[in-house]
Amino acid sequence: MLGLEKKDTRLFLIVIGLTMLAPFLLNPFPEGSEMAQFNAGYPDLMQRFVIFGIFAIGFNILFGLTGYLSFGHAAFLGVGSYAAMWMFKLFGMNVVPALLLSVVLSGLFAVLIGYISLRRSGIYFSILTLAFAMMSYALAYSVLATDMDGPDKQGLMQKGLTGGETGLQLSVQDPRILGAKAGADGNTPVPNFFGIEMRSATEMNVGDWVFTFSAGYYFSAFVMLIAFYISIRIFRSPFGMMLRAIKSNQQRLNYTGLNPKPYMLAAFVVSGMYAGLAGGLMVAMDPLAGPERMFWTASGEVVLMTILGGVGTLIGPVLGAGLIKYMENILSKINSEILHQWFAWMPDGLEDLVVTLIYPFIGKGWHLTLGLMFMAVVIFLPGGLVEGGQRIMAALRGRKAKDKKSDADADVKPAE
Amino acid sequence: MGILEVKNVGKRFGGLQALSDVNLSVAENTVHAIIGPNGAGKSTLLNCLVGKLIPDTGSVMFDGQSVLGRSPHEINQMGISRVFQTPEIFADLSVMENMMIPCFAKRDGSFEMNGFGAVRHQLDVIEKAKTMLEDMNLYEKRDMHAAAMSRGDKRRLEIAMCLAQEPRLLLLDEPTAGMARADTNNTIDLLKEIKEKRDITIAIIEHDMHVVFSLAERITVLAQGTPLVEDSPENIKGHPKVREAYLGESA
Amino acid sequence: MDAILLQILNGLDKGSAYALIALGLTLIFGTLGVVNFAHGALFMLGAFCAVTLNNILSLSHEIVDETQTDFLGNPLRVEVPYIYDWFGPEVGASIIEWSVPLAILFSIPIMIAVGFIMERGLIKHFYKRPHADQILVTFGLAIVLQEIIKYFYGANPIPTPAPPAFTGSFDFGTMLGFEPGTIIYPYWRLVYFFFAMIIIAGVFAFLQFTTFGMVVRAGMADRETVGLLGINIDKRFTIMFAIAACVAGLAGVMYTPINSPNYHMGMDFLVLSFVVVVVGGMGSLPGAVLAGFLLGILESFASMRQVVDLLPGINQIIIYLVAIIILLTRPRGLMGRKGVMED
Repeated sequence: MLGLEKKDTRLFLIVIGLTMLAPFLLNPFPEGSEMAQFNAGYPDLMQRFVIFGIFAIGFNILFGLTGYLSFGHAAFLGVGSYAAMWMFKLFGMNVVPALLLSVVLSGLFAVLIGYISLRRSGIYFSILTLAFAMMSYALAYSVLATDMDGPDKQGLMQKGLTGGETGLQLSVQDPRILGAKAGADGNTPVPNFFGIEMRSATEMNVGDWVFTFSAGYYFSAFVMLIAFYISIRIFRSPFGMMLRAIKSNQQRLNYTGLNPKPYMLAAFVVSGMYAGLAGGLMVAMDPLAGPERMFWTASGEVVLMTILGGVGTLIGPVLGAGLIKYMENILSKINSEILHQWFAWMPDGLEDLVVTLIYPFIGKGWHLTLGLMFMAVVIFLPGGLVEGGQRIMAALRGRKAKDKKSDADADVKPAE
Repeated sequence: MGILEVKNVGKRFGGLQALSDVNLSVAENTVHAIIGPNGAGKSTLLNCLVGKLIPDTGSVMFDGQSVLGRSPHEINQMGISRVFQTPEIFADLSVMENMMIPCFAKRDGSFEMNGFGAVRHQLDVIEKAKTMLEDMNLYEKRDMHAAAMSRGDKRRLEIAMCLAQEPRLLLLDEPTAGMARADTNNTIDLLKEIKEKRDITIAIIEHDMHVVFSLAERITVLAQGTPLVEDSPENIKGHPKVREAYLGESA
Repeated sequence: MDAILLQILNGLDKGSAYALIALGLTLIFGTLGVVNFAHGALFMLGAFCAVTLNNILSLSHEIVDETQTDFLGNPLRVEVPYIYDWFGPEVGASIIEWSVPLAILFSIPIMIAVGFIMERGLIKHFYKRPHADQILVTFGLAIVLQEIIKYFYGANPIPTPAPPAFTGSFDFGTMLGFEPGTIIYPYWRLVYFFFAMIIIAGVFAFLQFTTFGMVVRAGMADRETVGLLGINIDKRFTIMFAIAACVAGLAGVMYTPINSPNYHMGMDFLVLSFVVVVVGGMGSLPGAVLAGFLLGILESFASMRQVVDLLPGINQIIIYLVAIIILLTRPRGLMGRKGVMED
């Protein structure tokens, strides 16, 4: 299908199925039940799953294929966000042109940063990308946020290009030459896809279950599917093979008449465009862009996602993004009261002990769990969740094969 | 006029004059060996030929064109392929993929952005890679991880990868260093076979006299960064200067 | 002139911290070949050693003070640190006030233990893995360490004052013959600078004048050869790691009065310290120190009113800008050696 081989087609179909059915799959617990807090099927979180999935897929094209570890990918996320925001402010609330501008601008930005950073490799490359991202952050925070209208005017550029600490926001005074300045209710208008508002949603009640279908989620999911499809094609293309060759032996590549530089730059730019697309989508879901999106911790987060899920694998980054966002939003909500409820069946002393032992790892301490998981993956499971899954499958299959074999042995034995 | 003409090449590293006044002419379709004791400047000379080093003085012409100032991939695209002392292959890729990369390089040049076409649809490249592997008796190992191969197989693969680019000059840097006798003989046979089947010029840097005298039609002896003599193998064997400088201990 | 001197002085304390962290990073990188992203966390742990000692010394019990009464006329209950009971209120109070310098002694065994456990328990398994893996695992460790500190000490900065003898500022300018009031400099920053100089000198002297140091330096230059000589470098490298951890920890202890410690201070400093190491030249100890002070002072100059008016935002980006320019023009940094981290 679509020029993919069988195995990849199957993977792609599974991903399509999962994303389309996500509102059901992520809401397994009935409303009002104790477990309902583990439901992740609400639009805001589902959107984050797929948007960060795009970010991680793009990062994986660079790090997974070429082995170049960028610690500054959040810069492109930020550029994408600001670009989409300005499109909303100047032209209109349709998300398509906004996303296009996000991708184009972050791509151009990646050409600039990549051209310079790729002159070095290894840790130097990591530090260069980090330095560029932190510079972008600092500039977005300060210089680019100064009043460019002049003190006597209250115009579009009053808070500069980026809006500084508070971020770039919509206003009813924005020109928006191709659309309404304000929504029907007089407030700032909402991003839409040719009229379909991103925040519109329908609910479906089945018994105690409530499933929410949000336009924003499905739009993001479609974009992610396209992004995922392109990444499969890149992985299976001669270009992808060259990138893996760069990771494996750059010297041999040079002496095979191939120039690694343009290949690397192309990978860097593609991956930057993915980040920009993710940044644009964030703004399309929630029109607000702040500089903290470019801070190095945001770059670190995408590294965590990619490694946790499985670097260099197709589906890994998406899984990693989902896992981290789930932990961030769900695990972090569990407090000690909930823990006490869960373990209420234990004897009092034991209950307190168990709760005390678990408490540091959940709620506000979820970062600790994340850090430990991440270390465990790097140490024991370099292939991330995907490798873990494969190992479990292999073990199961191995046992089955063994069972069969021993059955066969048992059959043979009486004949002896 | 040889296919490779090295004229008055000199190279200095700090206080060390690694090469001085090197003149070398490799005639087309011959096997030319460059020998010399350790520190004679063999590797430096080789690195000057492939673009890894730029000589301070002199010129290096390949097929009438200067290679100086060009980067390794450009020189490779001109038709010079290099085999390393320890096999340099793409260890993380499969044997087949290893073989396909030089085929792509031959077909598409030094850069081709094909991010959307599947590798498995590049039938011409696959066919060529398959033929090359079959020639080298490596086809059964096509799905193997290249890192998992034996050293001898890695060497064969590396040579096959170089040949896939149809180079006019094949440079070998001590291809049998560290090999057992049997592997060394296999490599000699392989190189002889290559020479018979193709129009190719081979320049070989070697330590092992057995290899040199089994293959070379012409030998240049390098000592202290400068060529001592250039002659046929028979004459080299009897040359007093060479015996003194190089074969002294073993003769 | 006085303005320039003031900026140099202002840059010294940050520069000292950069230099100390970068020194440890370089020691670890140069000897063990490991890129340690958890080094900032060690700096942070040192700072929290000071906080912890302060907390321990201030441990109190409640007594009824008959001499004071609350507004109802009842005797007042007051908290009295145990240390007052043991040494008397005056000595006790000054011990608590001097807790930051005292924490130097307190932190040394702790930091050595932390360094030892880190190296033996985790880092040594990563010697042969790619640099990217080392970065990732130490990055994970840094997250874990800072989250543990956050769990026990909370997310807010904890003010930890310097001893009262050093809390004020003094007019440095008059001592050099400038107008009074032009160069006012806090005592503690000067203390920090001298402290850093002593540590740096100590590390260099140790490497220069002891047999141990000689072997380590030889190992930094050529690990394999030294290994062939039958010298057990691994053990020495463990000790080197502990020393590097100690240097970072002490830098953290003494920094607490300048900046109240919080759980993410390590990462904030780490990012900059890496830039410092790269600017100085990966693997060069003098380079790390030089670049640390240089960038600290540059940062301080870039924050001058006149400079910021001329180039807005320059104070925020100067370090990164310098790093980019250096990396592109002198790939090995200011004093880097050939062949380090060049694959």
